[in-house]
Amino acid sequence: MIEHIPIWWYLTLSAVLFGLGVAGFIYRKSVITVFMSIELMLNAVNLTFVTFSYQNKNIDGHIYSFFVMVVAAAEAAVGLAIILTIFKNRGTLQIDEIDSMKL
Amino acid sequence: MDSILFIIAAVAAIGCGLNLVLQKHPISSALSLIGVMSSLALLYLLLGAEFIAMAQMIVYGGAVMVLFIFVIMLLNAGAEKRSDKSLFAQIAGFPLLAVLVVLLAFLIRETPFPSKISQVQFGSWVPGGSAEAIGMQLFSKFLYPFEVVSVLILIAILGAVVLARKEID
Repeated sequence: MIEHIPIWWYLTLSAVLFGLGVAGFIYRKSVITVFMSIELMLNAVNLTFVTFSYQNKNIDGHIYSFFVMVVAAAEAAVGLAIILTIFKNRGTLQIDEIDSMKL
Repeated sequence: MDSILFIIAAVAAIGCGLNLVLQKHPISSALSLIGVMSSLALLYLLLGAEFIAMAQMIVYGGAVMVLFIFVIMLLNAGAEKRSDKSLFAQIAGFPLLAVLVVLLAFLIRETPFPSKISQVQFGSWVPGGSAEAIGMQLFSKFLYPFEVVSVLILIAILGAVVLARKEID
């Protein structure tokens, strides 16, 4: 049994979560789920910030991840309002069907 | 003991993340995302970031996810229709993702970081990310970004209200 966890396990976990977020972003077809994948990517980046903060014994990383959280909350509010507007105007949440900017 | 906690939280986070990508219904994805966020909060506690862990639970696990679930229920979003994917994406998509992750893990492992600390020992960073330490930094060194972010939140509130309001003739 490993006594203490190496730092690179945390960083790798963060990379895996980021990869899953990218996969969901590309793979899913519902606007809401694509949005949730973006949140997953932001969370993965936060884990990296906190890990490096631990490694350098410096609190700045925590502050950065706090700011990421604040911006993500603001982005979620605006993004969900945009999704509401799209649904009101077009009556669908499928990404493939929202193509009015397509040439 | 903390290695067991790490493994539990990491497996839960990756499992919930996979579930988020593979589920068909948005509400299942939202619940998996709550699982990811809770396990990340546990990992933050293991890294000595108490304040960030609590903010993660309250801001992400609470406020943001309630907003998501509220919108899903408001729009009555059902299971999504899967469109046809190219043969290349069907066959090579997830294997290529796995290759990318393995490459990243190898690179991270081999990178020589300047810091001597290469292991996480729970409780070894004593003041750590306590609310007091974060507050002292936030209101001295990071005061200007903090104020700017409050303006950003105000703009976001106004934007959300303007976008989501009902048209009045």
